[in-house]
This record gives sequence, structure tokens and C-alpha cells, in this order.
Amino acid sequence: MKLRRVVVTGLGALTPIGNNVEEYWNNLVNGVSGAAPITYFDTTNFKTKFACEVKNFNVEDFIDRKEARKMDRYAQYAMVATEEAVKDANFDFEKLDKDRVGVIWGSGIGGLETFQEEVINWAKGPGIPKFNPFFIPKMIADIAGGHISIKYGFRGPNFTTVSACASSTNALIDAFNYIRLGHADAMVTGGSEAAVTIAGMGGFNAMHALSTRNDDPKTASRPMDKDREGFVLGEGAGTLILEEYEHAIARGAKIYCEIGGGGMSADAHHITAPHPEGLGARNVMNNCLRDAGLLPTDVDGVNMHGTSTPLGDIAESKAIIEVFGEHAYTLNLNSTKSMTGHLLGAAGAIETISSILSIKHGIVPPTINHFTDDENIDPKLNFTFNKAQKRDMKVVMSNTFGFGGHNACVLVKKLEL
Amino acid sequence: MSDIASRVKAIIVDKLGVDENEVVTEASFTNDLGADSLDTVELIMEFEKEFDIQIPDDQAENISTVGQAISYIEEAKK
Repeated sequence: MKLRRVVVTGLGALTPIGNNVEEYWNNLVNGVSGAAPITYFDTTNFKTKFACEVKNFNVEDFIDRKEARKMDRYAQYAMVATEEAVKDANFDFEKLDKDRVGVIWGSGIGGLETFQEEVINWAKGPGIPKFNPFFIPKMIADIAGGHISIKYGFRGPNFTTVSACASSTNALIDAFNYIRLGHADAMVTGGSEAAVTIAGMGGFNAMHALSTRNDDPKTASRPMDKDREGFVLGEGAGTLILEEYEHAIARGAKIYCEIGGGGMSADAHHITAPHPEGLGARNVMNNCLRDAGLLPTDVDGVNMHGTSTPLGDIAESKAIIEVFGEHAYTLNLNSTKSMTGHLLGAAGAIETISSILSIKHGIVPPTINHFTDDENIDPKLNFTFNKAQKRDMKVVMSNTFGFGGHNACVLVKKLEL
Repeated sequence: MSDIASRVKAIIVDKLGVDENEVVTEASFTNDLGADSLDTVELIMEFEKEFDIQIPDDQAENISTVGQAISYIEEAKK
């Protein structure tokens, strides 16, 4: 069976450094940090008092109040990013066969704030189980994909992937494969997360996963820096419209790039710690290259998982050298998380969008906040520290690794190739 | 309009996102005000909270219009 080609024809982003794709990209290139003190709740008793929140966002600018009330923030973010992407794709809804358009969304957690609030309310009461009827349909991690299909009438394949911080990369790869295999002609894919909540911050703090650099939030996310001490929690959403190549050409769609391949693997090592030698990371990049039918030397850059955790950054750097050999030193590596923080289940989506835009614009966004080299990380690697670099990017890979040892990697390439 | 009626109407306006002048006595939550089954359950819960009463499920099933809600609550608060 001949696999069909898949291209990207629409993008949407709602991030801590920009509420649309253009603003997001400009701030990425300019090295803007999205970290700031948390505004959602009183952090007096919390070890970490900052995060990368979405800013200047009023949901009622996008969604009718009655509808918005029935959605957790994670679903609201999904709707907003998707509205931008669907507009960008410029479908003719009169001609589009909506039975052939699906939605595969990704979220690591789903409606954490809704869960938290309902349980707090229950615990304050006399023990009578009076839960809001919208509790479950607001909280469950698949509901964002449901809302998207209802709004646009997309009746193709529809589900949500949950693989922690790899969720939206898994969603993207699934969407890519469904089109490749002929199950759909276009797919809405991406991910969203809204875990900057009491439960989210408390939970990640308990794992010692988060940076506690409360005196200087903007430099807290410092991937590959010697003094990194945890990730910074982010939130938001990213949406990509994937489309079968001929379908896109036939309607004269604007094409950003082609999806070349996707790789998946598991560490099979520990629930939260990465494999120390980056075994799963190595396998996932090799699997991705094999799926794309490309050689390591074909690749120009890797958008790293690069969370700014002590162990993770070392393991990923080692894995890159294992996979690419000498070619590793010619790659442009970068971590968008240095600016956006870690969007968990939405990370793969916004980082793939960054990778696509680096191909479009010929610019690699920086890994900001580099002050001191880490002797455990090869200094000959080019992490695009502190300042964006111009480069004609033709092939970029984007890595995501999730708690549970899930790894997913997607490869995007210029259409001409 | 009684105090109970105005409070009931305010809840309906808030939860169903409808205009105040649509919330007339004979308006049905589902047929006229756009409520689905989950909205209806939420409305009953809000009435219970606002008026500090308990509305058993078998009686909640008989409350499908604005007027029925007002009469039920007026009776319960007597």
C-alpha cells in the first residue's frame, strides 16, 4: 500500500509568550521569557511561586460565556488555538467533506482545575455527593477534541492521546498516520494544558520537578546550563491542521511544510526519571528517521525536549550524539522551553510549530538563559544559546519525552525535498 | 414579582446565558431556553443552594418551566 503524503496547512497557538502564532514566533526569535509570579492563586505557602501563565487572555473574547462556563481552561485554550488554525487553513466549508476531517488532540492531564475545585467543594460539604453535572464532561482529558468536532462538524476519527509531556506529539503522529493510511483527508491535531493550579504546582513541587528560583523567574528555565534545577510549568495550546498533499494542492492551500515521519518508543526504566544513557531518546530519534526514510546527515536541527532538569538535559544530549555521530556538532539544537516553560501535553504541539516556522523563516530561535557550561554536556554541540541564529532549515526533528517513559519525535521538512 | 421569582429568574439568566425578558413564566427550560439535560440538573442544584432546600429527583423531573420552578420553591419555603 502506497502511503499518502501529509502537509501542514494551518497553525494556531496560545502560549505564555504570545496569544497567536505571529506573536509567539516573534517572542521566540527575540528570546522573551514567559515566566512571572503566579497570578491565579496565593502562592505564599508554595515552594515555587512562579510559572509561565497565558497572559492578557479573556475567554469571552473568543467563546460565548454560556459555552465557556462548561469548559475547563485546558479546553478553552484548545478552542482558541484551533480557531486560529482553522482560519489559517482557509477551508471552504461548503465544499469540505467533513466526514473526512477528524480531530486527534493531546493533553497530559485534562481539566485539573475543575477536578480540584469540585473535590474541594465536596470536602467542604456535609458528605452528600452533590457534584455539578458538568464536572465530568469538563474534566475528562478527551473533551477538548469533542468540543472541536462539535463546533466545526468534523465527523472523522476523533480521540485524545495521553502520554504526559509527549501527548501532543503522539497526537500529531497519529493524525499524520491516519491521513497517510487513508482514514481521513485532513486532521485537526495538537494539544492543550492548564495545570498552573494549586494541585498542579503542589504536585510537581512534591516531585522536586520544578525550579524554585523565586528571586528570578525569568532565568529559571535554563536548559543545558550548569545551574539548572528544574522545569518551569507553562500552559496553553497549539493546533496544527494536517492535510493530505493532493487534497491541499487541489484547493490551492498555503502549505507550510511536509510531515516526514514520526517515531515512538518507551524507556522501560522508571516512572519519572529518564534513562541515564538516554536509551529511549536514542531509539525514538532513530525510529523517527527510519519512518521518514532519511539519514541523520539530512537533519538540520533538533527542537529538544530540553526541560531544564538536571538529568533530562544530559540524557538527551548524549542521545543526540549517539544518533547523529559527528553530524551532531553541525546541528542547531534549541529548547523553546527556556522561554515558554513546559506546557506538558501541549509542549509537542507548540514546539513542532516553532520547528515549522524555523523552516519557513530560516531562523532558529534561541535557548535563552545560558550562563555557565555544564561539564556533563558536550560543549561542541550548538544549542543556539541566547541569540537566534539564521540558517536555511530544511529538516527539523522535535523531541518530547513524558513521565512514564513515553518518547515521541516528529520530523518536519521543507516541501521541495 | 416576588422575591423568589426574581431570584429564580436571575439564576436562569446566569446559567443558561439567556436574555432576562425570555425568562417568562411559561418558558420551558429545554424547549424555549436552550437547556440540555445537564443544564437542567445544574439549574435544580442551583435552586437548592440558593434557597437552602432539597429537591428529590422524582420531583425535579416535574420542574420543566420557569413557573413550575417558582411555584415549587414558594411551596417549599412556606
